[in-house]
Amino acid sequence: MKARVFVTLKNGVLDPQGKAIHHALEGLGFSGVNDVRAGKLIELDLADGTSDSEIEDMCRKLLANTVIENFRIERLEGVA
Amino acid sequence: MKSAVIVFPGSNCDRDLAVALELVTGRKPAMVWHRESELPEGIEFVGVPGGFSYGDYLRSGAMAARSPVMRAVGDAAARGVPVIGICNGFQVLTEAGLLPGALMRNARLKFVCREVPLRVENSQSLFTAQYDAGEEIVFPVAHHDGNYQADEATLDRLEGEGRVAFRYLDDCNGSARSIAGILNDAGNVLGLMPHPERVVEPAHGRTDGRRLFEGLLDTVNA
Repeated sequence: MKARVFVTLKNGVLDPQGKAIHHALEGLGFSGVNDVRAGKLIELDLADGTSDSEIEDMCRKLLANTVIENFRIERLEGVA
Repeated sequence: MKSAVIVFPGSNCDRDLAVALELVTGRKPAMVWHRESELPEGIEFVGVPGGFSYGDYLRSGAMAARSPVMRAVGDAAARGVPVIGICNGFQVLTEAGLLPGALMRNARLKFVCREVPLRVENSQSLFTAQYDAGEEIVFPVAHHDGNYQADEATLDRLEGEGRVAFRYLDDCNGSARSIAGILNDAGNVLGLMPHPERVVEPAHGRTDGRRLFEGLLDTVNA
C-alpha cells in the first residue's frame, strides 16, 4: 500500500523559496502568476493495513513540523 | 564543570565548542555520539553544536532531534541541567520541542556568514549573567536556516517573560522581531544562531563569547 504525504507551509508563514520561484517565473515572462508556495511530497510504501492514525502519527512526529507546516495524506489504494 | 558535547553525523562545530569549554572550564568535555541513550553520569552542562546534522535532510535539525541521545538531553533539561544549542544545535532543540518556534530558510535565501552585532536582552539568565542588559556584542553567524519564526502569541510570551536572550541589531536573516536567541520557560535551555564559541580568545579577533561560558561556569559552581 502506498501513501503520499503533502507537506506545505501554513498560511501566513513566509515562504522565501516560493517567492524566489515566483520571481524567476516572472523573469521568464510568465506574468499571470499571483503567488507561489513551495512544499514537499513524501511517498511512503507501507505494510498493508497501516491505519490512517499511524500515518498521521508519522506526520506529526517527523514528516511535518506542525509549528510551521500543514500536512495532507493521500492513500493510493490498490497501487502495488 | 562536567560538560558534554553531542556529536551527530554532520556536526562540524563540536570541536570548536569542546575547545571553548576546555579553555573556560579547564576540563575536556565528554563527546557523546548521537546513538548513545544516556549522558555520562553527573553531567552538569550539555552543548548541542553547530553543523549540518544528517545533511539537513527533511528539515535542519529534524533527524538529529529524533536520535536516541536527544531523549537523554531532554531528560537532563527537565532535571534543570543547563543545555545550549548553537546554530544547528538551536535548530535541533526547536525540532525536539525543547524550545518553541522554528528556524526557516533565511529570508533572502542566502547563506549568511559574517560577524553580526547583537544586543543582550536578558542579562539575568544563567548564560548571560556576565553581560549587561542592553549591552551590544558581536558574534559570528554562519547559517542558511536561521530565520526564527513562531506565532504571534508565542512571540509575545517570549518577550513578556524575558526569554529573548539576544537580538540582532541588523536584519540578518528575516527572524521575527530580530530574535537571535531564546530561553525555555525554566531558563536552563538556550538556543541561538550566532556562535559564541568562535569568539573566546584574542586570537579569534574577539572575545565576546567567552563570558557566556564563564557565566555558566559560575552558575554551575555556585
